[in-house]
This record gives sequence, structure tokens and C-alpha cells, in this order.
Amino acid sequence: MEANKYISQYCVIENNSVAINGEPQFALENGSFSEFAKAAYKHFGIDYPKFFKMDNLSKLAFLTSEIILKEVVNPAEENDIALVFANQSSSLDTDAKYQSSIADETAYFPSPSVFVYTLPNICIGEICIKHKLQSENAFFVFGEFNAAFMSNYANLLLETNKAEKVLCGWVEYYNEKFKAVVYLVEKQGKLEHNEQTVNTLYTK
Amino acid sequence: MEALKQELKSKIIEVLNLEDIAVEDINDNDALFGDGLGLDSIDALELIVLLDKDYGIKLTDPKEGKSIFVSIETMANYIAANRTK
Repeated sequence: MEANKYISQYCVIENNSVAINGEPQFALENGSFSEFAKAAYKHFGIDYPKFFKMDNLSKLAFLTSEIILKEVVNPAEENDIALVFANQSSSLDTDAKYQSSIADETAYFPSPSVFVYTLPNICIGEICIKHKLQSENAFFVFGEFNAAFMSNYANLLLETNKAEKVLCGWVEYYNEKFKAVVYLVEKQGKLEHNEQTVNTLYTK
Repeated sequence: MEALKQELKSKIIEVLNLEDIAVEDINDNDALFGDGLGLDSIDALELIVLLDKDYGIKLTDPKEGKSIFVSIETMANYIAANRTK
């Protein structure tokens, strides 16, 4: 029988607030997502200027992941952390912005820096670049949060020794509405990793 | 020419989302890429769009950018000599 897996850390961002392992850590009353993201970036002492070039989906995924990974990743060695992320709206928010920039034939100036974010998996690429992760990664698009799939996929990666740890995340952003739930699955931790626990992280 | 340089600095900060960098932080001869402002390849493409959109200059060969985008000084000189708007 396979050894149990655990959720060692989790971070939830929604309603302009950040909670780590269930404890509220930061909130910004009112303000757009960009204002909230910038304030959270400064609050958590993140120093990565490329953050400000990211689209909103990547900012959301990066922030939520960084809060966990900055305590976990050892920059002096290779970190075998796989990433499994998902959402509902893919990169539609940025796709729409890009489309609007090429809709007018008389003012046709497609932006390269917007175009590069017109795929949802770019957000996990940003996390991998920051921490030099070369492990397995995948991004899925579901109609709704799918705890069964996420927990099965993470377990499979660990049981087949594809990774030592798996960073899982639901990162949904569309038109200023957003929610991110990111958690780290590994062999030690406080919460047992299973479908029910994952669902609890998402719904509570 | 001085006004054009100031305008360029302001536009670059805005278009390239250079957080925490002000116009006065950029010297005319600072390197835009590498150790200077640390711009990357996507930024270079965005600067090509900026030349087209704001100054009516179309670069047909992206490699031309290497000599144009050395610094604010070289950009301003090129724009002043080639702008159509």
C-alpha cells in the first residue's frame, strides 16, 4: 500500500485577501485586482520585477505560489517539485484584451507582451522560471473545481516518483473576479491529502 | 531633442511596466538591455511596436533594433531622423 501523502502548506487568495494555512495574513479593502496584487507583493516582501509584466492570471498564480515556495525552495539545489494547476476560464481575460488590440484594422498594433500570456499554462511557466523548476507540470481547464482529478493526479506523480512534491493549484481569473487555492502535497504535513480535504480547502 | 528623450523614458516605463523606476532614474546613455534597465526580448518587440505606433517608423528587420535600442540617446537620434508622425 502506498504511503500517505499530506498537504504541508496551502494559500488561498480571494476577495482581495490572502490566507495562509487558514490564517488571514493580508487584505486590501476595495481596489482593483492590480492594486491588490501590487499591495500583496509588497506586503510579502517579494522582489521580482518581472511580476509587474505578467498578466492578471499569472500574477494571481505567481503570488499564491510564491507565498508557499519562498519557504520551501532551496535555490542552492535542484528542487523536484511538480506543478499541477487548473481553472475554469483558461486565459480568456487576456485573450479578450489581446483581441481588442487587433480588432481595429486602422489601429492594428498587436502587443507582443500581451500575446505571450494568451495561454493559461504560461502562469506555471512563470513560477518554474522564478524557481528554476524543470519538473513535471500541467495545466487543465475544467468546468468547475475538480478535487478528485487534482488529488489523483498529484498522487500519481508522487507514487511513480515523477516528483518529490507537487504544487497543486486552482487559479481562476476573469474580468476582475478571481480565486486561487494553491497547496503543496508531499510525504509530510498536517493535513491528509485526499479528495475531501482538497474540497475543503476550496470551499471553506 | 531633450523633450523627445524625456517622452521616450516616460513611454518606456509605461509600456514595459517598469515598476519602481522613474524618468529621472534613467540616464540618456544607460544600456536598455543587459546590465542597464534589464529589458528582455519581449521588451525589444514591444519597443518595435512603440516605434510604429507612436512615431510611424516600421522596422522591417528586427535585427536593426540592436543598434537602435542601445540607449535612450540612440533611440532618440533614430526617431528624430526617421519619424513620420
